[in-house]
Amino acid sequence: MKHIITALVENKPGVLARIVGLVSGRGYNIETLNVGPTQDPDTSKMTLVVPGDEQVLEQVLHQVSKLVDVIEVVDVTRRRHLNRELILVEVATTRHSRAQVLELATLFKARVAAVGEKSITLEMVGDRSSVEDFLRLLKPYEITDISRSGLIAVARGETA
Amino acid sequence: MNARNQKKPSRRTPARPTAKPAVAAPAANLRSGAQCVVDGLVENGAEVVFGYPGGMILDVFNLIGAAPIHFILPRHEQGAVHAADGYARASGKVGVCLVTSGPGATNTVTGLATANMDGIPLVCISGQVPLHMIGNDAFQEADILGITRPITKHNFLVRSADDIPLVMAEAFYIASTGKPGPVVVDIPKDVQRQMTAARRPEAISIRSYNPDVRTDLAQVAKLAEAINKAQRPVLYAGGGVISGNAAPELLELARRADIPVTTTLMGLGAFPETDPLALRMVGMHGSFAANNAVQQCDLLISVGARFDDRVTGRKADFATHATVAHIDIDRSAIGKNIRTHLPVLGYAKPVLQALLPQVKARKHPAWHARIAAWKKEHPAFTYPTSDKALMPQYVIEQIDKVSKGEATIVTDVGQHQMWSAHFFRYTRPRSFLSSGGLGTMGFGLPAAIGAQLACPDRLVVAIVGDGGIQMNAQELVVAVEHHLPVKVVIINNGYLGMVRQWQEIFYQRNYAAVVLGRNERMPVERIATQRKPEYLPDFMKLAEAHGARGTRVTRSAEVAPALREAFASPQPWVIECIVEHGANVLPMVPPGASLSEMICKFA
Repeated sequence: MKHIITALVENKPGVLARIVGLVSGRGYNIETLNVGPTQDPDTSKMTLVVPGDEQVLEQVLHQVSKLVDVIEVVDVTRRRHLNRELILVEVATTRHSRAQVLELATLFKARVAAVGEKSITLEMVGDRSSVEDFLRLLKPYEITDISRSGLIAVARGETA
Repeated sequence: MNARNQKKPSRRTPARPTAKPAVAAPAANLRSGAQCVVDGLVENGAEVVFGYPGGMILDVFNLIGAAPIHFILPRHEQGAVHAADGYARASGKVGVCLVTSGPGATNTVTGLATANMDGIPLVCISGQVPLHMIGNDAFQEADILGITRPITKHNFLVRSADDIPLVMAEAFYIASTGKPGPVVVDIPKDVQRQMTAARRPEAISIRSYNPDVRTDLAQVAKLAEAINKAQRPVLYAGGGVISGNAAPELLELARRADIPVTTTLMGLGAFPETDPLALRMVGMHGSFAANNAVQQCDLLISVGARFDDRVTGRKADFATHATVAHIDIDRSAIGKNIRTHLPVLGYAKPVLQALLPQVKARKHPAWHARIAAWKKEHPAFTYPTSDKALMPQYVIEQIDKVSKGEATIVTDVGQHQMWSAHFFRYTRPRSFLSSGGLGTMGFGLPAAIGAQLACPDRLVVAIVGDGGIQMNAQELVVAVEHHLPVKVVIINNGYLGMVRQWQEIFYQRNYAAVVLGRNERMPVERIATQRKPEYLPDFMKLAEAHGARGTRVTRSAEVAPALREAFASPQPWVIECIVEHGANVLPMVPPGASLSEMICKFA
């Protein structure tokens, strides 16, 4: 199962290395990773997507939360939460296929970021499943480049 | 790592040797970064510092002589860290070392990892190349922060002298609280030379690090209920009882509820092994009674232990009948190796103190009868006696006898370490110091020097193998130089004995690369041209060369007189015992087997 983990950490050099080292040291691949400052400039929030066995991952999370510079770690997959990802995807198009790609873009509320003679670049924001769906449906067309921001997530209160 | 406080001027001022603190202060209040380091050591309670100088730490060394600090110069940085570690284990205080950049810092790595595995509080200060040269492959530059990240509790790179007083205080605080551990403070040379008006903060509070864990009283109540209901309880005590100073509470709990107690290697001394409730050590080389009691108990109460693989054997078959309770200060240790039914987060001492009034006085005669039968079947511990050869186990027994059980034993790693665990009965905390988790050969002698400095009036005996002593033998000089009466008992079997034992049992007696001091496998043509010395090395000459006394013992009858003479002397003394080379450590649970599958005797 894929876990979405958020970590609130001190905004200092080396914190990212500590967390990544702990997770990767156990042989877990980090699928996506996003880091940014929070409303408090002294802290950063990281969002990691890590596929892995529940029990072992829980152990890793305990070890991450033990790190001196880590304030809080949450596996938001187990909670009510919102997640989003931004992707920029360049698709090779012909005159024939462009209309079909644009139709898909409309369905997924993707924006056209750039258009060239032989390609179109789309910008799309969505939660994890809609991004996955969009990319799956784009597969028949030739994706020539892609960049993903990595998933970001916030946990929601019990009564929202 | 930078200042914690965003408002500090250091954050905004580019760190240059010429950078002036933004805080206006009279010149008289300014101190150099190096002075802040030395003052920080004193302010945070360092009395003994083990260090080795070099270019990038010279500014600190320049001031160390004037400070009220007992400075020790080991002959290798690894020796410095192990000595600081031994000092910390023996005293419960933070061990301190001071080294230069590059090779000085990288030589500390094994010692830091050793301390990290066993939860020993250390602060290691390393010099670093100037800030503007970091990352340039400068002379004697090493990324010690990156190298030590996975083997320390925490580490700091100090980028401004303004941060030094705070970082020094935080380093000692982090090292000594929660589950203790080693902390590295890396200080570039230009930062040591900067001037600052910064002072030590009044109090330390780290938002992301809160070691003041409140004892979980609800869980304590559940545990008390489980203890009051249990028919076959066992207490399993680890190093956390010793570092948490909880041995008196453990003894009280065991006696009140009539619970037998086993300890891990790290827990030796947490419970008096002379007590009738003592099961002795558990695990791979544990006693028959301890391992069986753990396997058959209905309640296993772990106090400050972490269910290491050397303790549990095959996990699936470990204590399958038991409700497992785990008292630990380290949340990540609970449930890591074994499923825990009753986790209790907290320090051992307050948890046991909260537990005691809720525990009923009870007796378990049936359970103790079963344990007595196991103790009778395979007493802990025995060994085959020999008329001809000197048995290594006999030497350890004699150390116990001659010292009247009062010695502080410091071991290296291998067979002699297990025999030291078996044949000396530990009755007080901090009397058995050993590299448990990492299993570091070369630990024994420098750690014994540190322990002797921590306990000047105690008899400190390093029990080492002929392999391990050669890894840090140079430190013998330090004992002589500082008139430390450390005794070094070398259990010399001419082998890397524990590896030889594994090769005998698991590798069809293919003794590869384990023969020490005898050239049995040397090609014939080389034997013909080389005269073989009788002893290789000659440890008596080694002792003499370092200025220590030495006695070589080859027969059983010589052991006690040699020990008596050495123990009575104020001088460092090497007692080399030429022992039976084929002796094995028994009983033994083969790696990967269940605790119920002990080998108690070889056919």
